[in-house]
Amino acid sequence: MRVAPNRLVSGEAVSFFDLLQGSAWGLAVLLIGLLLLSLAPPRRICLWLTVVAATVLAVGLGIQAANHATQVVQASTPFARTALGSGLWLVWLLLGLVLADALQALRAGTLARLGVATAVLLPLGLMLVSGGADELSIMKEYANRSDEYWGVIARHCQIVALALLFTLAIGLPLGWATHRYVRVGRAMFPLLNIVQTIPSIALFGLLMAPLAWLAASWPALGRAGISGVGLAPGVLALTLYSLLPVVRGTLAGLAQVPSAVTQAAQGLGFSPAQLFWQAQVPLALPVVLSGVRIASIQAVGLAAVTALIGAGGLGSLMFEGLFSSAQDLVLLGVVPIVALGVLVDGVFKLLIARTRPATPNMESAH
Amino acid sequence: MIEFANVSKTYGHTADAPKALDDVSLRIGSGELVVLIGGSGSGKSTLLKMINRMEQPDTGTVALDGQDMVHMPLRELRLRMGYVIQSVGLFPHWTVARNIGVVPTMLGWKPERIAARVTELLSLFDLDPTTYGPRYPHQLSGGQQQRVGVARALAGDPEVLLMDEPFGALDPLIRTALQDEVKRIHQASGKTIVMVTHDIDEALRLGTQIVLLEQGRIVQVGSPLALLSQPANKQVADFIGRSDVGIKLLSLQSAGSLARVEAPQSTPFLPASASLREAVSTLALHGCQSLNLLDDTGAHAGVLHATDLFNRRHTGSLPLSDDQGQHA
Ligand SMILES: Nc1ncnc2c1ncn2[C@@H]1O[C@H](COP(=O)(O)OP(=O)(O)O)[C@@H](O)[C@H]1O
Ligand SMILES: [Mg+2]
Repeated sequence: MRVAPNRLVSGEAVSFFDLLQGSAWGLAVLLIGLLLLSLAPPRRICLWLTVVAATVLAVGLGIQAANHATQVVQASTPFARTALGSGLWLVWLLLGLVLADALQALRAGTLARLGVATAVLLPLGLMLVSGGADELSIMKEYANRSDEYWGVIARHCQIVALALLFTLAIGLPLGWATHRYVRVGRAMFPLLNIVQTIPSIALFGLLMAPLAWLAASWPALGRAGISGVGLAPGVLALTLYSLLPVVRGTLAGLAQVPSAVTQAAQGLGFSPAQLFWQAQVPLALPVVLSGVRIASIQAVGLAAVTALIGAGGLGSLMFEGLFSSAQDLVLLGVVPIVALGVLVDGVFKLLIARTRPATPNMESAH
Repeated sequence: MIEFANVSKTYGHTADAPKALDDVSLRIGSGELVVLIGGSGSGKSTLLKMINRMEQPDTGTVALDGQDMVHMPLRELRLRMGYVIQSVGLFPHWTVARNIGVVPTMLGWKPERIAARVTELLSLFDLDPTTYGPRYPHQLSGGQQQRVGVARALAGDPEVLLMDEPFGALDPLIRTALQDEVKRIHQASGKTIVMVTHDIDEALRLGTQIVLLEQGRIVQVGSPLALLSQPANKQVADFIGRSDVGIKLLSLQSAGSLARVEAPQSTPFLPASASLREAVSTLALHGCQSLNLLDDTGAHAGVLHATDLFNRRHTGSLPLSDDQGQHA
């Protein structure tokens, strides 16, 4: 952790070992236990112990850090800032990986995974809500902005949702067309590939001019919210970026429908609509969703950049923090972005798993 | 009746592309079981697919009951025909029962009638309906999948059944059982069946007519007996296999057809419906000169003598030409 007399100075590092007293020793023991467990043979019992230890450690470290922040404020000046150190973020990241790995090895079901996620997030969330962590620097930044904060998150989600809506509306038919007509693919993919390689900021710049021109030429468009800056170019750029994975996924999904199945369907007298809805769609869906998943996660991250052209969202906090070198403000923007990304990832994985039992891949393992 | 008139077909547009079908004319009478046979790439599948318009002729016409198929509504045409494709192609996301019920569903049958039909067909193909109905295709063996494929094609009670190598990749025992089943269905229902195979024994066993194709051309059309006894040319004879034409001929004729009306002897028994080929095998096995024949009820039905088997007066159809005689 880092303790600084005020917001602007970077402060002094406080090591974990300095905080070793009382219940903190329990955390140290857990850490050593976890290290030893990593050497143990991968039996189920060892793996479950790993899961428990990592869960407790992740929660415990958070509570420990919050408590220390409270102590510092009580002991010294009220303006003191206690920030979570990079070491702690790193350890959390590693614990996340350990949990994911152990659960994978255990072949844990969705329910078990949700349970573990709750066990980690619920206590930490309760601490945040109850005010126990209010003295941490990041929470102070939150307190400064609590009025607008949820609005900012909602705006971020809005940008992503709008972009995905447009992407699906364009990308799914386009993917179908590339499957149906080889020529469309030959024309489309080079274009989409080029779009992907344009740096996001440059793309915004490229979009600003034409959109500003559009708004100037047709004032009605301007009144509808289309302009060179703000939401419109942001959503448009995100849509362009998201198209490639969605079109690719749709194409790959349709292409992996066995030709024997389509031939049999046609031969048995399916109408083109029946062939599409009853055979191609259900068989392509898991792969199509994988493409949408990638596009969504990518959009959640890229939406941060749209703040630069005034679209708002969590990126605005991030950049404000960066420009005023307030690290914790940056984190206040980044943490929800990461959380959103993980959430979106989880939701899509669940959806994909739900649509997959339809195809042989799932049960062929037994 | 299905009638091909001067049908040609080339895949692709390059000038040197070989003709998949080359001026084919063929009549398939109602109630026939026509077997299309020939080497790989000889155009069997293409010919079959033209019957339900999965492929279109470049030139020539295909007519159903005297009407050119081009003018028929495609879906109705296909719903009237059962189709078993070469690679089975079951719908992997549907249960076996739903796979079989798909055509009846499209025909608008009532759910109870569909369920009854599915149960009936699964039982017919020796698959327990309660066990296999709810399974998914990937939970079946290759042979079971092929049986479900045939059941699916039969479900809508089609007038014409088209099958493209329906018993490929099956072990001989199941294969024989399924061949018997198809033969039984054909005799019981009087459906027109057109099937593709590359197995000459299967063709001889099942076909009422055999169509031999080579490089997109019909080399010979005829009954199994005609094909064996009067091969149109050297290639046909080669294809049938010279060395065991005699044995194959014996397999076309029943033991009962050569029975002498005599009292039972102290020799082994054989059903009168068994083929002469089985009779030879039994004679050789027991090292004897005659067999007692039994009819379906197990009653005595005459005696088969080994000497009659090898007497050309009785098996008058054995037509060993000089050419074949030298090679045999
Ligand atoms: N869809 C296709 N595209 C191009 N060539 C094909 C196609 N289907 C079949 N052919 C060619 O047409 C010829 C006949 O094929 P086919 O009717 O499938 O033969 P068979 O069923 O007797 O093996 C072969 O030379 C094959 O390569
Ligand atoms: Mg074929």
